[in-house]
Amino acid sequence: MQNEWPLWEIFIRGQHGMSHRHVGSLHAPDAEMAIKNARDVYTRRNEGVSIWAVEAKHIAATTPGEKGPLFEPSESKVYRHPTFFDIPEEVGAM
Amino acid sequence: MSAVDQQALFQFLLRMGDNTLVLGHRVSEWCGHAPVLEEDIALANTALDLIGQTQFWLGLAGEVEGKGQDADALAFRRDVWDFRNFLICEMPNGDFGQTLMRQFLFDAWASVTLAHLQKSSDERVAGIAAKASKEVAYHLERSADSVVGLGDGTEESHKRMQAALDYLWPYVGEMFTSDDVDAAMVAAGVAPDPASLRGEYDATITRVLTQATLDIPQSTFAHKGGRDGSIHTEHLGHLLTSMQWLQRVYPDASW
Repeated sequence: MQNEWPLWEIFIRGQHGMSHRHVGSLHAPDAEMAIKNARDVYTRRNEGVSIWAVEAKHIAATTPGEKGPLFEPSESKVYRHPTFFDIPEEVGAM
Repeated sequence: MSAVDQQALFQFLLRMGDNTLVLGHRVSEWCGHAPVLEEDIALANTALDLIGQTQFWLGLAGEVEGKGQDADALAFRRDVWDFRNFLICEMPNGDFGQTLMRQFLFDAWASVTLAHLQKSSDERVAGIAAKASKEVAYHLERSADSVVGLGDGTEESHKRMQAALDYLWPYVGEMFTSDDVDAAMVAAGVAPDPASLRGEYDATITRVLTQATLDIPQSTFAHKGGRDGSIHTEHLGHLLTSMQWLQRVYPDASW
C-alpha cells in the first residue's frame, strides 16, 4: 500500500466565459475528494464557479531540455503575431 | 400564529447557537494538527462556518433576551451550567476518525433540522436556517464521504471508525429528545419537534454507515443533559477554559 495520496493538478474558472486556469496542486485519495479539497483550499475567497481536477500523472508535459528546439524557432517569426491588424473593440478579450 | 413565549424562544436559540459554538471550537482545535494539509484547511473552514452560524444564532438570542447581551457576551461570559449544546458537541476530538464521525452524526442532524427551520414562522429563524443550510449541505457531503472512505478503507481505519461510532452512539439520542421548550416552539410554528425528525435522520445515517460497512449499535441508551443544561460532561469546562481565557483575563479587550 502506498502511503501518500496521489497528486492532483487543480484548474479553476474564475467567472463565466473565462477559461479554467491552473491554480496549484494538492493531494487527495480520489477524484471526488480532490474536487472537495480544491473547494476548501482554492475557493475560500469566492474565487471560482467551476473546478477541474486532473491527476498529475495524466498530464503530459514538455521537458526543459527540449526548450531550444521547441520554442526558439518561433522567436524570429514576428509575422505570426496578429499585431499588424486593428482589432475592433467589440471583439473583446481574445 | 400564537404569541411566542420569549423565554422559550431564547432557550431554543441558545441551543442552536451553543451547538455550533462548542462544536466549532472543538473542530478548530485541529488547526495546524490535521494529518494532511488539505484536511487541515477543510476542518478550519468547517469550524469557521460553525462559528459564523453561532454569531447569527446567539446574536438573535441576545436580541430576544433583551438584556443587552450580544453574541460575544453569550459566548464568552457564560459558564458550563448556562450552556445548552448537545453533549456530542463537547466530546473530545479523539483521533481523526472520531472527529469526522462526530461531525457526520452532527451534520446529518443539522441538515434535517435546518431544512425544517427554513419553514419557520419566525422569519429571522428561517433566514439563518436558509444561509446555514448551504454550508451544512457541504459539511455533510464531506463528512459522509470521509466516513465511507475510512469505514470501508483499510482494516485499521475500519476498526477506528467502528470504535468511534460505538463511542459516540450513546450521544445521538439526545438530539431527538423533546421538552417544554420544544413544545412551545412547535405550538408557535417556530421549529419542528426534534423527536419527529428521527426517521429522516436514521434514513441518512443508515445509508451512509451501511456504505461505510459499519455496524450501527442496537442500543437506544442516550446520555442527556446538554440541551437543557442539567448536566454537561467534564469536557465542557476544559473547553471553555481555553475558549474564554482571553475574555476572562482581559474583559472587553480590543485590538
